Amino acid sequence: MTTDIAANAQLYLDDVRVSFDGFKALRGLSLTIEPGEMRAIIGPNGAGKTTMMDVITGKTRPDSGEVLFEGGSVDLTRLDEAAIAELGIGRKFQKPTVFESHTVEDNVYLALKADRGPLATLFHRLNAEEARRIDEILATVKLGDRRHELAANLSHGQKQWLEIGMLLAQEPKLLLVDEPVAGMTDAETMETAALLRRIHDSGKSVVVVEHDMAFVRELGVKVTVLHEGGVLSEGSIDHVAADPRVIEVYLGR
Amino acid sequence: MIGHFLVKGLDRGVAITLLVVLAIGVLIPASNLLLPEGHALHVPTYLLTLFGKYATYATLALALDLVWGYCGILSLGHGAFFALGGYAMGMYLMRQIGSRGVYGNPILPDFMVFLNWKELPWYWHGFDHFGFALVMVVLAPGLLAFVFGWFAFRSRVTGVYLSIITQALTYALLLAFFRNDMGFGGNNGLTDFKDIVGYNVQSAGTRATLFFLSCLLVAVGLLVTSAIVKSKLGKVLIAIRDAESRTRFIGYRVATFKTVVFTVSAMLAGLAGALYVPQVGIINPGEFAPANSIEAVIWVAVGGRGTLVGAIVGAVAVNWGKTWFTGALPELWLFALGGLFVLVTLFLPKGIVGTWSAWTAKRRAARDAAPAAAE
Repeated sequence: MTTDIAANAQLYLDDVRVSFDGFKALRGLSLTIEPGEMRAIIGPNGAGKTTMMDVITGKTRPDSGEVLFEGGSVDLTRLDEAAIAELGIGRKFQKPTVFESHTVEDNVYLALKADRGPLATLFHRLNAEEARRIDEILATVKLGDRRHELAANLSHGQKQWLEIGMLLAQEPKLLLVDEPVAGMTDAETMETAALLRRIHDSGKSVVVVEHDMAFVRELGVKVTVLHEGGVLSEGSIDHVAADPRVIEVYLGR
Repeated sequence: MIGHFLVKGLDRGVAITLLVVLAIGVLIPASNLLLPEGHALHVPTYLLTLFGKYATYATLALALDLVWGYCGILSLGHGAFFALGGYAMGMYLMRQIGSRGVYGNPILPDFMVFLNWKELPWYWHGFDHFGFALVMVVLAPGLLAFVFGWFAFRSRVTGVYLSIITQALTYALLLAFFRNDMGFGGNNGLTDFKDIVGYNVQSAGTRATLFFLSCLLVAVGLLVTSAIVKSKLGKVLIAIRDAESRTRFIGYRVATFKTVVFTVSAMLAGLAGALYVPQVGIINPGEFAPANSIEAVIWVAVGGRGTLVGAIVGAVAVNWGKTWFTGALPELWLFALGGLFVLVTLFLPKGIVGTWSAWTAKRRAARDAAPAAAE
């Protein structure tokens, strides 16, 4: 039965458990993301959101449980970060992380899908197709006019967008986006929501981890609420917002 | 790729440095050989050897700048690779002595006869062939760097911890090479060299040739390292330096890249060491001293980390200072070196070359802005 769900899922987590020195970061987390789905994941601090991303991207090995990709065909727990990235999972960190001493366009260039071996990169030349892709991505994230500047000179919001652009350059099937609007102005937040929706519309699965309820509402997608390393509630934003357990966790005690 | 790079990729600083290094490589030996002693422009032999030594240091600095300046690996043990290259060359030079040694043994070097060894240890075989020795000059440091890198980078040892391990590496080698039963001449090392590929190492012509080759190695090293840092591989190295985990999540195997660049750098350092030994006439375990590796870091810092040209400038400038100081005020040299490092860190964090290029870039920007403002 679980295999049936897994066979149709882009990403399938079943009963994933992780503990660090006795602290149980994930206690039986199960989650299914459909192909082409956009999902928002919310939860208080310590709910296990970042650990979940670490497990999916290969940074942390789960103690037990299944993490499957692409209709259950790939076991992610056996792969390292680089292999998972090449498989088509892109990850945006909470703190914007770009290559500050590279230009904006070089940041995207490095992320473009291409052979990642040392020898291949040594002899690689930027070709016309790649140049076109870079133009396209910089236009999508609205950084075309700053392409020759160092990434260090970008504003906080622009760095977030550049990082999303770098994710797109990888041509991932699944994007994991950790708190994309932290520290953004309201206008930038709305821009970001629109950007993520456009990415979703292009057929990619997107998982957005976020604290900002207004932003999650703006996204208008199915929401999963995590609490103490497991799923507390799942459904539309109105459904979870009305769930007494969610209210208890967010407002209660 | 190299052709394309020569036409388009060479920046001005690198091109000028190449020309200067090659010109020095030709003119100084020419003046030493052709001009009579006492001529105003005659370069005495002791200076020729001294500058030759500086050139090998400059190559070591280049190798260090490649890993430290571009990939953020602060190696405090690069002297080990330099010394290993030197020992490989030294072993060849020992075998060339033949029966001209003090004990007249045609096979065994003097120190082995002295230790009552009956036959050549297995790892000394082959070193009577120059080609074999040349391969070992690159292979021995390269292999050590590869194995070291494989374990250290795969275990994700970074920053200060990595620096400390590299320091421990060179110290361990220092202790090992001090031991007589290692078979590398112990405390005294390898010396009393006679010939290199049939030419007397002491002769003026050989010294001039070695000097030229040392300058050529600086030039080739600069050409290769700048081709690497300009390529996409070089951009990945800088990406690793700036945001290692980002690079990893984009899909690059950071450990592999670090191991590759560390190995290439060690090979270059080994070649430098191989040219150093015939010019100074001795290689002993002192070359593994941690202080040597730290000094190399200071050369790069003074010249300008992550500029390549700066590594060359720094190595020559600091060693010139060292030569002058140890002659004029020997007891003050270490204070001067320490002070230099503090001053550079405080006031010239980008080093000589980095500060210079920042300054010229600012002037150029100001000049470009001036006519625009006038319109």
